[in-house]
Formats: sequence, C-alpha cells, structure tokens
Amino acid sequence: MTVKTEAALRPRPALPAGHIAFWGGAALLCLALVAGFRVLDNEYAWFAGYFILQYVLLATAWNILGGYAGYVNFGAAGFLAVGAYTTVALRKAFGLDLLPCIAAAACIGGLLGLGTGWLALRLKGVYFAIATLSLAVLLHTIVVNWSFVGGSRGAYVLRPASIPPFVSYGEYLFVVMLVLAVIGVGIARGIEGSRLGMGLAALRDDERAAEAAGVPTLRLKLVATTLSGALMAVAGAPLSHYTGYLNPEAAFGLAFSVNAIAMPLIGGAGTWFGPVIGAVLLASLQQAATVTISSAANLMIVGVVLVIFAAAAPRGIVGLIRGGRHR
Amino acid sequence: MAGSASLTITGLHAGYGAVRVLEDVGLTVAPGETVALLGTNGNGKSTLMHCVMGLVRPSQGSIRATLDGQEIDLIGHSPEEIVELGIVLVPEGRRLFPLLSVEENLLLGAWRAAARPKRLANLEFCYDCFPRLKERRRQATGTMSGGEQQMVALARAIMAEPRLLLVDEPSVGLAPLLVARTMDKIAELQRRLGLTVLMAEQNFPQAVRIADRGYVLVHGRIEYAAASAAELNENQLVRNLYFGS
Repeated sequence: MTVKTEAALRPRPALPAGHIAFWGGAALLCLALVAGFRVLDNEYAWFAGYFILQYVLLATAWNILGGYAGYVNFGAAGFLAVGAYTTVALRKAFGLDLLPCIAAAACIGGLLGLGTGWLALRLKGVYFAIATLSLAVLLHTIVVNWSFVGGSRGAYVLRPASIPPFVSYGEYLFVVMLVLAVIGVGIARGIEGSRLGMGLAALRDDERAAEAAGVPTLRLKLVATTLSGALMAVAGAPLSHYTGYLNPEAAFGLAFSVNAIAMPLIGGAGTWFGPVIGAVLLASLQQAATVTISSAANLMIVGVVLVIFAAAAPRGIVGLIRGGRHR
Repeated sequence: MAGSASLTITGLHAGYGAVRVLEDVGLTVAPGETVALLGTNGNGKSTLMHCVMGLVRPSQGSIRATLDGQEIDLIGHSPEEIVELGIVLVPEGRRLFPLLSVEENLLLGAWRAAARPKRLANLEFCYDCFPRLKERRRQATGTMSGGEQQMVALARAIMAEPRLLLVDEPSVGLAPLLVARTMDKIAELQRRLGLTVLMAEQNFPQAVRIADRGYVLVHGRIEYAAASAAELNENQLVRNLYFGS
C-alpha cells in the first residue's frame, strides 16, 4: 500500500514504468503459456488452462467489489450464468459468434451489477450478501422457466471444430479467456492504484467516515458493482462453448459462488495479485482432484483450504508475503 | 486559505424514527468564531453535527451557511456536496480508515475538488502541525494510539481546506493531558487558517478554554446561550450539570 501512496504523490509520467512492466510481463507470460501448451500438444492442457483462467477472471471480478469495497457478493454464479446464457440466447436468436456475445454479456452483466449497486445503497454487510444470494436464486428460476434457452433441459451449442490461426477450438477458447483474464486483472490493478481504489478502500474501512470526508460513496459503489458484474458475466460468456452443453444446474453451480469468494480470500483480498494466486492455486487443485479423485471432492477441498487460511493466514498469501504490516 | 464562513441554524427538529432528539434548536456561528456546543451524553450534540453534514435529515427547521457572502441552504444536500462547500466534520470517535496508512487517510481527506490540486502543500502543512504524523506516515492508523488517531482525524479534515470546521467530541477516549493538547491544536489550526469552528464537547473546562462562546444543549433543547466564555463559567445551569452544585 505504501507503493500506491507514493505513486499517488508523484507527478505521473504518461506511461509509468510499473505499467510497462505489468503489460509487458503479461504479454510475455501469455506468449510463453500458449507456446508451452503448443509444445505439450495435448487438448486437455487447453481445457484445464481455460478452467483455471475462467476462475482468475471470476475471482478478480469478485475482488473489485468484495476486496476493494468490502461488499460480499454471494451470487457470483448468478452473474456468471447471466453471461453464459447471454451467449446461448444471442447465438440461438441471431447466430452470433462468440466474441460479440462476450461483449453483450459484459453489457448485460454490467447492467445487472448496476442493479445490485442500487441494492448496496440500502443494504450493508450480511444483508447485502443475502440479497445477492437471492438474486442468483431468482435468476436461476427465470432461466429454468425460459424455454427459449432450453429451460431446465439445457441447451446444446454446436461449436466449430477450429478457428483458423488456432490448432483447435480448445486452444481458441483458451486464448480468448487468457486475453479476457489479463484485461480483467489489468482493470483491477488500475483501480487499485487510482483515486477510485482509494475511495473504495475508505468506504470499506468506514463508510460513514468516507461520506463525511466528502468521498462520493454512492457513485463509487455503483462503479464497483457495475465493473464487477460485467467482468463476472464475461467470465461466464464462453461457458456454453467450453462444455458444448449448458444447463441451469451447471451454470448456476454453487462451486462458482464459493470459489469466487474463496479464491480472493486465500490469495489475499483487496490486492490485484491475490485473486490471481488464489485462483491458480485452488483451480489447479480442483482440476487435479477432478482427474484423480472425482469432481465431487472439489468443494470439500475448497472448504478445507479456506479453513486453514482463515486460521493461519487471514490476509491470504499476499498478506503472508508482505508480513504483518497491518495488525 | 479560508474566506468568511458562518452558520445559522433555526427551529431545527430532528430524530430517528419515533425518537425525537432535537427540538427547536437554534444557534449561530459567526465568521472566525470558535463556538462550543456543550452537553453531556445523549443530548443531541452529534445529531446536530450530522444534520449540518447532511448525514441526518432534519424533520423541520433550517440550516444555512454563508460562505464568502453567499448564503446556502444546507438541508437536502448530500454529505459530499456539503464537503464540497468547505464544511468538514471531524467525526466523534475519530472514524479513521484503520487499514490505510496515515498518508492515505490524509490524502482521502483531500477528495474535495477545491482541495485536490493543493494536496501536497496541505500535506506539508499537516506534517508541520503534527510532526508525529510525518514520522508515522506509513503506519496503518488502526495500530496507532488514541491521541495519534485524533491528530490524523484533525489533519484529515484540514486536508479538505475547510472554511467551517465541525469537531464532534474530540476528547472522547483520550487521557486528560491529550485532551488539553488536542484543544490547543484545534485553537492553533483555527488561528493559523482563520477557521470558523463549531465544536461539540462534554469536557466543559477544556472546551471553554478555547471557545469564544457557547451553547448548552439539554435533552435536545438549547437551555442556555452564553455570549462569552466567562458567562459560561459563571452560569448556574452549567454548574448544576457539570459540578453538581
């Protein structure tokens, strides 16, 4: 946090060195990942990679509201499913490709987030969390009864075998999610170093005091819920193409909501890097468990890891690394 | 930095639901004055402060501020709009951002558009006033002592370049020596910046020491308005409330 303060004090050059390092590093990492996976030449690698990246984006999106502003969203699965079903609906109605569907999912998720923000004007703490949980249940019910997108039977999505520069469709999906995740993390990182991030931290610490200090808490909360909602929906937008089949049980799965909260907490909520580490760690564990034991073990693993971290490292991995500077 | 700022409250009624807290309260604070709002716990001092800041909406009455000759009705404005006018509250119990550092707390005080461009100079001013804060600028405020936290709370308000400063119970939770020092700091800031100050306080002797005059609030009503600090000291009501004689 010290770094952030000093950055806020210094007159900013057009493109600060930190940004160059971040975006350059991200680009290199992306290239290295794609090149490495190509060498592996294993379709499963793309599949597992996508699984992890989807959680990097979901956890980062949750963290914008939950970590920075302190508003706990228990309905991440609802937002993710809205993104997934936006794609299903638009594909069926207009035969749109995946990329325009992702853009549409961002808009619809953002609007839904804005609506949640309206809730956050009145509800705080536990009440806000319960309201988001109910929102997910409500959306679930709507989708189950919406026959155009398959209702409770679900919908099949015929995906192309491959898209030209990419070897397989799995690789294409991986690259798409990789780019989306990097954009999401970049946005979160940008918020963290900005006035918006400072204002959100203030209202997280003491909303009344933030108001009294002149921080426009209302506007900041709406920005945070909108961004968070948009990015969560984006994380879900390619889901139907990833599995080839989408039903409400899968899209609104409890695992999404639980992971969206557990990953930032384990990695270190309130920092852009925390959700990334948390997601990579937990999603890899779950993917490994799915292959070796059964996907039924996944939530149990999350639970156990979460309990260990809550007891041993309440500020997450990032907090462990930084040491006990706070409390 | 300050122009002239004054505050006039008339016929103010406010409460929370069915609970009525303030009844027909009227008071004025003239430019450059330090006015003490005295009263023991639960008499409505904080509610009055919150009404001025737009944090509590009064049911009746008017709150008007005159800033550089321009009169503005404060009722119906949001807290951030009121801060934008240069009316800033130091909340009771400090209410800092405990996980953020001293410097981050202070910079957040400079959210006001008029104060933002001058935040570096004002930060220097605050560090000059409170050298201890400069030593501790990287420390999370949640880990600081009560006296240090009160310094941060005062400095955070100063960062907004207030014209009218509201201070709510600065003595809460502080040792007597620190209360005296805090009062001295408020008087020093008032002098150096030419502030208009309205201070709610229970600690009568300390408040009267720096106040030009004061009001005594009892059960939500102004029971006594003193034209000078000397009058406050001599008043029988005040003696009854504070000294039991």
